Amino acid sequence: MHEYPITRRIIEIAGEYAKDNGASEVKVINLVVGDYCGYVASSIELYFELIAEGTPCEHAKLHIERVVPKLRCTGCGQLFVRKPFTFECPLCKGEGTPTEIGQEFYIKSIEVQDLNKP
Amino acid sequence: MSENKEIEIMQSVYDKNDQVAAKIKASLTENGIFAVNVMGAPGAGKTTSLIQLIKRLQEVTAYVIEGDIEADFDTKTLQSLGVKAIQINTGGACHLDSPLIGQAVEDLHISNGVLFIENIGNLVCPAEFMIGEHAKMLISTVTEGSDKPYKYPLAFEKADIILLNKCDLLPYVDFDEDFFMKGVRALNKTAPVIKVSGKTGEGYEKAAEWIMEKIKKQQ
Repeated sequence: MHEYPITRRIIEIAGEYAKDNGASEVKVINLVVGDYCGYVASSIELYFELIAEGTPCEHAKLHIERVVPKLRCTGCGQLFVRKPFTFECPLCKGEGTPTEIGQEFYIKSIEVQDLNKP
Repeated sequence: MSENKEIEIMQSVYDKNDQVAAKIKASLTENGIFAVNVMGAPGAGKTTSLIQLIKRLQEVTAYVIEGDIEADFDTKTLQSLGVKAIQINTGGACHLDSPLIGQAVEDLHISNGVLFIENIGNLVCPAEFMIGEHAKMLISTVTEGSDKPYKYPLAFEKADIILLNKCDLLPYVDFDEDFFMKGVRALNKTAPVIKVSGKTGEGYEKAAEWIMEKIKKQQ
């Protein structure tokens, strides 16, 4: 349920950047969401249209790039996706520790109309 | 051909929460407060553990901010024991965030001591938000089962100290301590894991010592 305020924040940030760049409308928002960041991508999508209404993001396409979390093996250094109920490395059976991969939650970019193009 | 131009942003959407959290932490530090974010599932014994800890932290003044969706039972319990406690009701929100704490800290007028911020009973969201704390304390229990680190990894990863509560019930439940510890250590190499019992008071001495050490280090 905490996707609601965070979706509002996404729309706010995108709007601010569009304004700073002289654009009245945001065409695309490129958002990166790791599966361990605590926010559910589909919930953000659900709220987006509702909150974007009447803002510069009203007609924007929300493009969400999801990131699958990866662990790093303390033995062989390999990055791997964990299986449920284990942190074991599939290559060397060593122990995996958490990495930042999968905890991302940021706006990568927005796309606005290029006024210099005919 | 696309008529769009791309504007790079690369900005975290957590930014506002994290900025406020950093401000709260700095202000608490300046006022001699060591703040602990207390996390755990509903019924893990967060308030009971705070009572046990505060009893053993007589050298310092203890303050509590109680977070609940509704009601103020825990705050009343703490106040009846002479603890300076205030209630935050989130009215549905599943975690505390830093603007809420900022206001509560202002209302409490605190200095020199330890501040426990009891988060909403939830093993997921509280681990994701900084609220100005110096340390995160996770309260897990033997009754929840030994698979919790595997199911809720973030809470175990972010914890600075883990209390394993309800240890008096160990003979009656199927809790695989080795499996639990293996999971904890895969996620978190440093946090001490202390077996406690809110019922008997066992183990809290050690947890209180850990907190006292941190307070002294900060002074």
